[in-house]
Amino acid sequence: MIDPNAFSWRFLRVWRRNLVVYQKIWKVNFLTPLFEPLFYILAFGVGFSGLIGNVNYGGLDLSYTAFIAPALIATAVMWNSFFETTYGSFVRMYYQKTFDGMLATPLTLEEIIVAEIVWSATKSAGAATIMLAVLGLFGFVQFPAGLLLIPMAFFGGLAFGAIGMYFTGITPTIDMFNLPIFLFVTPMFLFSGTFFPVSNLPGWAQPVALVMPLYHLAELSRFFSIGTCETAPVISIGYLTVFLLFFTLLALRAMRKRLIQ
Amino acid sequence: MDTIIEIQNLTKQFDGFTAVNEISFSVERGVFFGLLGPNGAGKTTTIRMLYGFIPPTRGTLRIFGMDMKVDFRRIKARIGVCQQDNTLDPDLTVEQNLRVFAGYFSMPRKEADERSRELLDFFALDHKKDAKVMELSGGMARRLILARSLINRPELLILDEPTTGLDPQSRHQVWEKLEELKETGLTVIITTHYMEEASRLCDRLVIVDHGKILVDGSPRNLIDRYAGNSIIEIEGPDRALIDYVKGQNIEHDDLGRRLILYVPENKDPVDRLRDRFCSEKCIYRNSTLEDVFLRLTGRELRE
Repeated sequence: MIDPNAFSWRFLRVWRRNLVVYQKIWKVNFLTPLFEPLFYILAFGVGFSGLIGNVNYGGLDLSYTAFIAPALIATAVMWNSFFETTYGSFVRMYYQKTFDGMLATPLTLEEIIVAEIVWSATKSAGAATIMLAVLGLFGFVQFPAGLLLIPMAFFGGLAFGAIGMYFTGITPTIDMFNLPIFLFVTPMFLFSGTFFPVSNLPGWAQPVALVMPLYHLAELSRFFSIGTCETAPVISIGYLTVFLLFFTLLALRAMRKRLIQ
Repeated sequence: MDTIIEIQNLTKQFDGFTAVNEISFSVERGVFFGLLGPNGAGKTTTIRMLYGFIPPTRGTLRIFGMDMKVDFRRIKARIGVCQQDNTLDPDLTVEQNLRVFAGYFSMPRKEADERSRELLDFFALDHKKDAKVMELSGGMARRLILARSLINRPELLILDEPTTGLDPQSRHQVWEKLEELKETGLTVIITTHYMEEASRLCDRLVIVDHGKILVDGSPRNLIDRYAGNSIIEIEGPDRALIDYVKGQNIEHDDLGRRLILYVPENKDPVDRLRDRFCSEKCIYRNSTLEDVFLRLTGRELRE
């Protein structure tokens, strides 16, 4: 089904195209990861801290702000890559016909799709790097282990980029992205151990949270930031690897079906 | 001469609908080859199979002597494609469009820059190199697409309706550029709805309809074969005229309010026809490829 000849390093040329475009607007894109963590920390740290006591997580007694800070990186990874391969890729594929143009060159569709996913992960890693600097300044991340958040963000970006690409492959119109965002991304954003520990959820809901890729990314994020977590990192890495490969395959299949009749 | 394109029994079906039905033809190096046909005839589907965009359902497709299924990458590196839709990259400037596209062919940076400048110059787009693609006029955008399709110095250029929607000035400019390219010995395959374009540019062409090739030949040869030497169009022909034409076995199309006569070199019956029936309602003109096209594909609207 998947032709191994369809993959080559040439995909980096498409990745580079996205970088060239990004360089034109990087100043605006730079601001979100810079200010978003500041807003959250201000809102939760200053506004909420009086209402909420400390959080018991992985054997540590953490201030609420210290608890959510690492998860902010995980959620930023998710939003960045998911948005890039849904809205971003859909616009390039459907409205701009950029992929059609590329397919008249030695590039294959598989390379284009892989490049889009890798690009979305690159954006995630870039955002994570900036957030890391901000959160590090506040002392929410321990170094040097915290530097591992950057490759982790890239890895997590691949996973969310892949599932986003799959939705792009099956979504009839751009408005329909509301559906996976409403049903999948937003609940995950709220219930994956990001803003409160999964152990606070009712018993039946806990396994559901454990299936969410964001839960595992938030776990890894805490592990690299503060050195503790609820689930063994090897399980989280394993889960995300399977998730990433599974949705990359689905995305490749869906896009081939969509673009090449 | 070596054969650039060689297709045999090429067939494409979409959900049971046969868009291209057992087409076979070959194109030699240096030939400007036309693929004509009404909407839905299978032109674009054929073209898309030629540049490896969609796989054929059946049949063989060899370009530069290589099989598209196996050597698609080596083939695609040596062809240039000007698609029907505007596939320019609106996120990039005019010059970046060329340079980034060169990258897709793995062209080294320096060579890509040189080639881009060369093409901007050739297509008179120098002054627009930093413009956004969206700011270009239709003619300029079309020239940029053409420039982009030449970035890899292709040996085969594939043009899908390169002048559709252009004003006459832009169209003529594109034709002149294509003629210049033709002089360099480039092999070109073109689809178009403009018969004037096909007559002017093509050395050889096929007319396809319902996924099949109807005729194959040079424009002159097809006109001679299917549209006589010249044409007489008669408005509001009366009974006597129609009877006369039928009696004399003159090739014609009766459109009700208009009678079209395809006149061979032998002018005898025509001269008499002119004397007897034509006062002010007859138009004499040369036969064109459009007459051939309409005769072979019919006059009913498509789609």
